[in-house]
Amino acid sequence: MEYINIIFQEIYKILFLLIPVLVSVAMIVWLDRRVWAFVQKRQGPNVVGPFGLLQSLADALKYIFKEIIIPASSNKVIFILAPIVTMTLALIAWAVIPFGETQVLANINVGILYLFAVSSLGVYGIIMGGWASNSKYPFLGAIRSAAQMVSYEVSIGIIIINVLLCVGSLNLNDIVLAQQNLWFVVPLFPMFVIFFISALAETNRPPFDLPEAEAELVAGYQTEYSGMMYAMFWLGEYANILLMCALGSILFLGGWLSPIDLYPFNLIPGGLWLILKILLLFILFALVKAIVPRYRYDQLMRLGWKIFLPLSLTWVVLTASYLFYFNLLPAN
Amino acid sequence: MAHAIFFYTFSIIAVISAIMVTASKNTVHSVFFLILDFISISCLFIMIGAEFLGMIMLIVYVGAVAVLFLFVVMMLNVAQQKNQWFAGHQSSRHIPVGFIISILIFFEIIIVIGGWKYKPEIFDINNSTAQTTLSNTHSLGQILYTDYIHVFQISGMVLLVAMIGAIVLTFRQRSGVKRQSYIKQISRERAEGVEVLEVQNNKGIKIDD
Repeated sequence: MEYINIIFQEIYKILFLLIPVLVSVAMIVWLDRRVWAFVQKRQGPNVVGPFGLLQSLADALKYIFKEIIIPASSNKVIFILAPIVTMTLALIAWAVIPFGETQVLANINVGILYLFAVSSLGVYGIIMGGWASNSKYPFLGAIRSAAQMVSYEVSIGIIIINVLLCVGSLNLNDIVLAQQNLWFVVPLFPMFVIFFISALAETNRPPFDLPEAEAELVAGYQTEYSGMMYAMFWLGEYANILLMCALGSILFLGGWLSPIDLYPFNLIPGGLWLILKILLLFILFALVKAIVPRYRYDQLMRLGWKIFLPLSLTWVVLTASYLFYFNLLPAN
Repeated sequence: MAHAIFFYTFSIIAVISAIMVTASKNTVHSVFFLILDFISISCLFIMIGAEFLGMIMLIVYVGAVAVLFLFVVMMLNVAQQKNQWFAGHQSSRHIPVGFIISILIFFEIIIVIGGWKYKPEIFDINNSTAQTTLSNTHSLGQILYTDYIHVFQISGMVLLVAMIGAIVLTFRQRSGVKRQSYIKQISRERAEGVEVLEVQNNKGIKIDD
């Protein structure tokens, strides 16, 4: 009986987290299209509901009622598994994101490693989809994205090491609390820029959207997908983008801390600050999509391996030596 | 009780997927089973309280190594391979070698586990300064980067040498490869690319020689 109670409590908590995440994913798609449109002096989706807010809902309904086509020559089990894997991985990562000092589903010791591991597993949804489709364009898209995500993960990992050197703990709440006096975006600003660009590449956003470069590969790994399975890929991708924004705001922008530690700002709950910071980063993501042309593939690899990797490694050495010589290393 | 349920679930998944790695005929499927195996083993690591090792297992093996496996295996033609490996006669030569290696590994495991079971003082872990009060990330860092830093550095060097060796062995200089120079492409001026010519009527122009 006790176990059942615990299980129901946990399910209640999980639903309380997941439903807002899913709704905000739908809203964020609308925001993305809106920002994109405004940069190009268009209106964007503005017909369905007030300001077009219900556009994503309408799209979702459309996808639900469309037929799911499974190609005859595809590997059926893996073909169906791929969008499920993408979606699941994009959602389970939210378990460790702290929305306040106590408002976190799982406050684990190695939270940042968990996030990093889940985001590095994200490549499997794409590879599985690309391979199981048994078709040229999806396969090329999958190969591209696998190479791209593996390369940019390396630099993200090293940037995370930079932050961890300043914190001395792998717990996400500790990382947030370490920024009480100064957000890490100030001392580690170059790393923040590199993290932002690597996050763009990690989530296959423009200008690094080579896996689904529509000019060359139709839609990359999603080419053979239709209906709800396509929508799941899509939702998973946006949930991943939101996750990367959340990770960026936790690592560099102080997570749920309020920017000014004064009376009226203290009253606003930490979760709201985190959401505002995520939105800020997401609008930057959307702006980048609108104003930057797509990279060529060799340039993308060059940027990842020859520029970001050495730069972030050098910065690790710099941070470590600075902390060591000024005796600022966090005590365990 | 919950602990036991999770333990048996994960270990059954691990064992079955390990068997399926060798049993499945499609090589890509075996890699996917291998990934499932890695994931369930990292879950087992987390269950015994080694959360750092579990996460590193996920990041390194599943996030990087298995992706490269998949990369290689997906490039192979699976249907063609099936004919070669499962219907051909060539495979019989490799079977004895495989048997010898697996018997060796089996005895090694017996020695390690048996020794640990019956002579625990040989594998005394108390001579390191690992403290039980620290979290396991801290104590691993203490052992690797403080107590055995030189050994750790040397093993890193060995790996680096191996990596450079592999690159040197497989590197070949091909002639006639057209390379794109990044700087050249950006610093191109209009004058280099476009030339405006005065074309005379009924005469035409010869551009290339």
